[in-house]
Amino acid sequence: MNHELNQLMTFSEEQSMLQDTAMTFFSDKSPMAAVRAQIETRDGFERGLWNEMVALGWTSLAVPEQQGGGGLGLAEAICIAEPMGRHLCSAPFLSTQLFVQALLNGGDEGQHAEYLSRIVGGAIGTVALFESDGNWDLSSIAARAERDRGGFVLTGSKSLVTDAEAADIVLASVRVDGAPALAIIARDELADGALRREIVIDETRRSFAMNLDGLRIPVLRMIEGAAAARAFASIRNAALLLLAAEASGGTAGVLRLVVDYLNTRTAFGRKIGSYQALKHPCVEMLIGLERARSHVYHAASLLAAGADAEIALRMAKAQACDALAFAGDRAIQFHGAFGFTYECDAQLFLRRALWLQYGFGDAGHHRRHLANQLLGAT
Amino acid sequence: MSDLDEFRQEVRAWLEQNRPPPPEFLLPESFMEVGTDAQFHYLRDWQRKVYDAGYLGMSWPMEYGGGGRPQAYQNIVNAEMARQQVPFVPNTIGLNWAGPLILAIGSEADKHRYIPGILSGEDIWCQGFSEPDNGSDLANCQTRAIRDGDEYVITGSKIWTSLGSYAKYMILLARTDPAVPKHAGLSYFLAPMHVPGIEVRPIKKLTGEFGFTQTFFDDARIPATCLMGQEGEGWKIAMLTLTFERGAAGGQAGGLSMMPVGVDDVVQLARTATRDGRPAIEDPLVRDRLVQFLIDAQGDRLSGARARIRALCREYPMAIGLSGKLRGSEHRRALCQFALSLEGANAVRWVGDVDAQDGGKWQRSYFNAFSATIGGGTSQVQANIVAERVLGLPKD
Repeated sequence: MNHELNQLMTFSEEQSMLQDTAMTFFSDKSPMAAVRAQIETRDGFERGLWNEMVALGWTSLAVPEQQGGGGLGLAEAICIAEPMGRHLCSAPFLSTQLFVQALLNGGDEGQHAEYLSRIVGGAIGTVALFESDGNWDLSSIAARAERDRGGFVLTGSKSLVTDAEAADIVLASVRVDGAPALAIIARDELADGALRREIVIDETRRSFAMNLDGLRIPVLRMIEGAAAARAFASIRNAALLLLAAEASGGTAGVLRLVVDYLNTRTAFGRKIGSYQALKHPCVEMLIGLERARSHVYHAASLLAAGADAEIALRMAKAQACDALAFAGDRAIQFHGAFGFTYECDAQLFLRRALWLQYGFGDAGHHRRHLANQLLGAT
Repeated sequence: MSDLDEFRQEVRAWLEQNRPPPPEFLLPESFMEVGTDAQFHYLRDWQRKVYDAGYLGMSWPMEYGGGGRPQAYQNIVNAEMARQQVPFVPNTIGLNWAGPLILAIGSEADKHRYIPGILSGEDIWCQGFSEPDNGSDLANCQTRAIRDGDEYVITGSKIWTSLGSYAKYMILLARTDPAVPKHAGLSYFLAPMHVPGIEVRPIKKLTGEFGFTQTFFDDARIPATCLMGQEGEGWKIAMLTLTFERGAAGGQAGGLSMMPVGVDDVVQLARTATRDGRPAIEDPLVRDRLVQFLIDAQGDRLSGARARIRALCREYPMAIGLSGKLRGSEHRRALCQFALSLEGANAVRWVGDVDAQDGGKWQRSYFNAFSATIGGGTSQVQANIVAERVLGLPKD
């Protein structure tokens, strides 16, 4: 088999400007003090900041212009996701993008008109895909929808649903006649007590178990068949890309944190950054980061060109999340005793690293799939 | 079809028709491993043939024997050579380090005198930077050059001289002024090797083969015109040489300087070699490692593409360029080390054993891979450079 993989790399003026604006925006609006303050709040993000992102058109950048959106795509969305990751901003951008991509690629015209325009208006969307068995396979679904009097009745539970409480609209994966489908659910339709906040490793994130038992939805709100397959594929693409972009940003952020500390702290009469035992792993972090960025921008370039990006996306996710996991781990160690405290920001990055690492397949999971694609099945 | 596509077809066909037949002996893997006269002549003849066909120094000025064409043509040749795995051209130090340096800052006379022989392979070049007592600490160079009339008198010793047995010229770093701080007292010479007082002794490598020499200078007299730049500029010029050597600056004449070992070759090995009675490629642990190597290799290739887009390299503009040697050499070492594990119990066989997989190529590759992780500044020194110059960490 030939591994002369595609090396497309494009970056438009528009992406560059967007990236500039977003870098400044999140640097200003999401300092570590603000990140820590949000840990204590119900939703985990500041409404004012979300409203500004809405006003800038960022949350609806992938919505077509005819619905009032930006008419852009995932290649532009990473220009927002990367700086968000760098500054650990937890506004429900990613959840909303997954919702938008699924609806965009799996929804019909009526669904586009109804739901995408609400995103333009500032609505928050999310996706409910996983269940308590922790399986990353999006087609492994136990929740069901039974046909009933021109609609559906749902049973089962989803878990690890991000931003569910703050969300206005949710896409939940269910099985209809045995096949994977997606139900469009308004958040306020959920019964009292249907959401239970999960306690997760990344305290800046909000994650929920969602009980669907007895929920009725009209037939027009079920995405089935080939449309559902397109929606699932687009969720996977978007998730791998945006998580990888967020992880790249996180690695850049934590690397800067470590380098600043190593340039400040002295031990045995020297700046600790002068010790090769600390210096060299920082270079390893940098190399991991640079490789991750290359994979991320390449995968985005392929998606923008409408090319098959599965290999590139899996590589990007594996590389970017492994790089952040390494950087987060070393960041704790290199802060010494301070690194062992809650007060040290390194723990925030390590928690984020683990959150991203185990979302939508860890590196080992993706390497296993890549092995089948690149080396042939066994 | 564009001009470049047409050219690619032309080169492809030429290489297919003109690649030399495989020799009786095991070829060296890089210009640093040329250990026998038979290997040297085989490779130099090949360089001459490539140059005569117009496929070396394509972007160098025509007046000095170059092709006067855009770099894109040479890039196509290099890529095709790698793709077809033809033998490498041996005069790497001339083609890719000394040559671009002379073109960048040499005198007009230097360019006319040296460039044609570099391209044809007539004049082999070697490098006299490292010394026995200061491997990676280049600035601590102790070899003396003392001006005496219109000559310099050289005394001291250089080590790890690749192609030392065959070189006509050496890019030589020597101390002209011991009284000033160490970086300031160095000068740079384009020195002839065939003068009285210079002796080269082959060094036997960890593989048991030859390839390097130690070069001894015992009051060797070279013309004062060999001085490059001014006295005291040696450090600056040596650093410029290293930017060519490490691939951080363009301007190389091109051609392969080693037999590329890529992940694809190891994937191929995994299909043929067996572990625990099954093709190694069926072992899940092997598959995981192979894919990790593929991800790293693809990441590095993509970084090359990204480095050309400034907006995508704003945070650490020098990171990709300055880490190239570190990434590339360590990747190759790890890959060759891993290759052995695919052979099961046969991993212990060495070159010459009849049952050695691929003639013991992988075992030798692993040992030789250290030449790139050590030579030209060890990986540890490379990491210091990246840490200090890219990340802004303090010096030791």
